[in-house]
Amino acid sequence: MSTDSKNEMIMKKSDGPAAASTSEQITKAPDGRPPEEQPTWRQDFPIDWPQDHHVARRDFTKFLVLTSFAFVVGQFWIAVQNFIRRRRSKPQMVKIASLAALPVGGAVVFKYPDAHDDCILIRTGEDTIAAFSQKCTHLACAVVPRPELNAFHCPCHAGYFDMSTGRAIAGPPKRPLPRITLKVNGDLIYATGVEVSTL
Amino acid sequence: MKRRFNRAQRTTIIYAMLCIVLLIVILQLWLLTATMNAFLGDDDSVIWPAAGASVVCLLLNLGLLRYLYQMERP
Repeated sequence: MSTDSKNEMIMKKSDGPAAASTSEQITKAPDGRPPEEQPTWRQDFPIDWPQDHHVARRDFTKFLVLTSFAFVVGQFWIAVQNFIRRRRSKPQMVKIASLAALPVGGAVVFKYPDAHDDCILIRTGEDTIAAFSQKCTHLACAVVPRPELNAFHCPCHAGYFDMSTGRAIAGPPKRPLPRITLKVNGDLIYATGVEVSTL
Repeated sequence: MKRRFNRAQRTTIIYAMLCIVLLIVILQLWLLTATMNAFLGDDDSVIWPAAGASVVCLLLNLGLLRYLYQMERP
């Protein structure tokens, strides 16, 4: 008897209507040793390994199709969220600061458009002001102004954003800070809306 | 006449199918992340085309799944 034929283990168990023929049920234990050298538990409960592989791959394929369906659900969830966002009314104009009270390099933190949305207004020059959402676009930590670097700094993961454009310039953030559009009326500064962009 | 495959052949076919389905699912994952990035950046122009592409991917996967069930049928 050859070693190969010794190693073959004939499975007696049927696997329902889709069971393979007897010749297909010949299998080897994964360690390659002959059946008589196998541990008792394996002799008592032999496993048809090729059938096991077949079923495992088949079931994994089925599971992946389910995952594929989950991704489609995710796509439609984004579409629904987008629809809800479009229906939401434009944020109102809100007074946030007085120009005279804001020195060059000075910053004011305010809430806009909702009470939970922290934003920061900064006077970058004598005639220039800019306002951005204070939430870092990486993991939503609050960014702090660093006028000496002309940047906003996120202390959580060392992200940096350009102070005049809000563009991500260093660290993990990829998207710019949402910009708060401003309107200056006399001495008063008003927030009029939020501009979000990818680049 | 429907061709019968033995188990070894069916396992090979399932391996091939698994590779194709895996590639399609990875493509869908990329679509989802790209769409989410665009959505967070207030760009809604890609949302519906991406959703359509994802549905097409799902239909391809379902077609393969249907073939798998047919193949396994006694």
